[in-house]
Amino acid sequence: MERAELGHLIDVLQREGREVVGPIFRNQAIDIGPITTEADLPIGCVDEQERATYRLTRNGSARVFGFSEPAASFKPYIFPQRQRIAAFRREGRGFVDEHHEEPIPRLALFGVRACDLAAIAILDRILLEGPYVDESYRRRRESCFIVAVNCAQPGGTCFCASTQTGPNCTFGYDLVLTELHAKGNHRFLIEAGSPDGLEILEHLELSEPTDDDIDFARRQREHAADSMGREMNVHGLTELLNDNTQHSRWDDVASRCFNCTNCTLVCPTCFCATIEDTTSFDGKQAERWKRWDSCFTLDHSYVHGGAVRVSSRARYRQWLTHKFGTWKEQFGMLGCVGCGRCITWCPAGIDVVEEIEAIRGSDEKVREEVDHG
Amino acid sequence: MKAKPKLAVWKFASCDGCQLSLLDCEDELLAVADAVHIANFPEASRAVVKGPYDLSLVEGSITTAHDAERIHKIRRQSKTVITIGACATSGGIQALKNFADHTDLIRTVYAHPEYISTLPNSTPISDHIFVDYELRGCPINKEQLLEVVNAFLNGRKPAMPEHSVCLDCKLQGNLCVMVAHGTPCLGPVTHAGCGALCPSYNRGCYGCFGPKENANPRALTVHLQEMGVQRDELLRLYRSFNAYHSEFRKESERIEQE
Repeated sequence: MERAELGHLIDVLQREGREVVGPIFRNQAIDIGPITTEADLPIGCVDEQERATYRLTRNGSARVFGFSEPAASFKPYIFPQRQRIAAFRREGRGFVDEHHEEPIPRLALFGVRACDLAAIAILDRILLEGPYVDESYRRRRESCFIVAVNCAQPGGTCFCASTQTGPNCTFGYDLVLTELHAKGNHRFLIEAGSPDGLEILEHLELSEPTDDDIDFARRQREHAADSMGREMNVHGLTELLNDNTQHSRWDDVASRCFNCTNCTLVCPTCFCATIEDTTSFDGKQAERWKRWDSCFTLDHSYVHGGAVRVSSRARYRQWLTHKFGTWKEQFGMLGCVGCGRCITWCPAGIDVVEEIEAIRGSDEKVREEVDHG
Repeated sequence: MKAKPKLAVWKFASCDGCQLSLLDCEDELLAVADAVHIANFPEASRAVVKGPYDLSLVEGSITTAHDAERIHKIRRQSKTVITIGACATSGGIQALKNFADHTDLIRTVYAHPEYISTLPNSTPISDHIFVDYELRGCPINKEQLLEVVNAFLNGRKPAMPEHSVCLDCKLQGNLCVMVAHGTPCLGPVTHAGCGALCPSYNRGCYGCFGPKENANPRALTVHLQEMGVQRDELLRLYRSFNAYHSEFRKESERIEQE
């Protein structure tokens, strides 16, 4: 597909009645937001990511996807920050159910990286394939058409090659793009991954890729896999973390952690939520809302009589051991997709890769059955 | 029909901004007036109904011996006491005097210091009486004020999370100003409630709502120093409207001694 045809792809998706959301330039960063024309894409933007640092520059390049993973994931579009889940009106001695499902827009998630595809697959497993189906999530997911993009530009905090969730997209998309940009040649490889994707292809002006195109894509893929900012040994993580619940590193990281919740909220697989109830002043109407929560809040571990995880040590340990250890026991896969957002967006500069390495490097096997706080 | 609960609003050392938030609830004011009997609210009406009161909203800190007495009278007349704002919950901006010799300050400020009779410290209401609920902020958020009155009226727990401003930033889809712009921000150690107002406009958080639960300003100081924030500026960050509030106080005193 020629570069000029990219805008046409967006048009076609819109003509299908879809709202296109994808990477946009916003407030000195690349965020995820509505895309009305291809000019909304952050063309020529390059990001630098390191622990607690994100900087964006424009290098004048014509590359459309010359940046690494955006600040936000697509999570808010399939698992919104807040949603009303019930509404009642008092009538006589009973209640009338006033809740109605909001209409859900038909979305096209555009420019989804392999890490975020893997994250969506994890959320699908948990929220759709477990014993309890999240109906709101199901409706949103079913409305999504996914245009993925093979990542050519891993960032400084990326490690998807270690978690085997990227940089190449292998599943979970309707269409996948590979940007081919070199020596005056600017084209995209476009492949369909579903019948819906094939149908969209029929509306586009395409030509067969050359052997050079395919070779270029292969080399770009290999180069991306070799240029990860970080590397994590994921071997035997569940056992390692289970064996080190009393490791001294937990105290060390607790002294640096703000328990501010940023890591969990930027994480594309964190799905914790809490429930808030509201009433009208006269007590005749009541609503129940679900909103994002985090294992770093005190309320998150509140059970009758008090919270279970009071200290930062307990909260950080909960997050790390769940994401990289018990998640596997619970859901059958690692909870991390190696996108590196928790490293970039932790304002304290805590690096999960480093924390896990520190524990692996001094495996103390200090495990206790009972731990108070 | 059940009698409406009697509401009283009391002022101590403060600027009146928080109690005016109640009058500022223009759209909801009629609903409030329908639900409660505003029995004592001099900012709103001269008509004062005697106690006891079902709900007392207390603004301001205790700075005089007279006020230290008066707050006990209010407690005795009130079934529920909710303090509103940074002055009432942490001593307010006037608690800056707690870090200095107050007689020196009086001599500096007043032409006739002999007319001034004040306590050495500005203290929160909870240092003097049992407080049922504390509403943070300088000023308070009117939505939170409505929520706490609403919850009181309906006998439910107010939705008033103690988490950081960061969580509210992420609920709004804000970008982290500290990570993306290098702007010093107190958000990671500050109690939510403002709806992440300043970061929504690309400013760092000023900590108007005081420390969040389990705040770790010690770690934030290390990070801010790495960003180049100097000692004096750090002190000013922690010593504003909530200077005397637990973790902020401890951290500013630690920085001072360093």
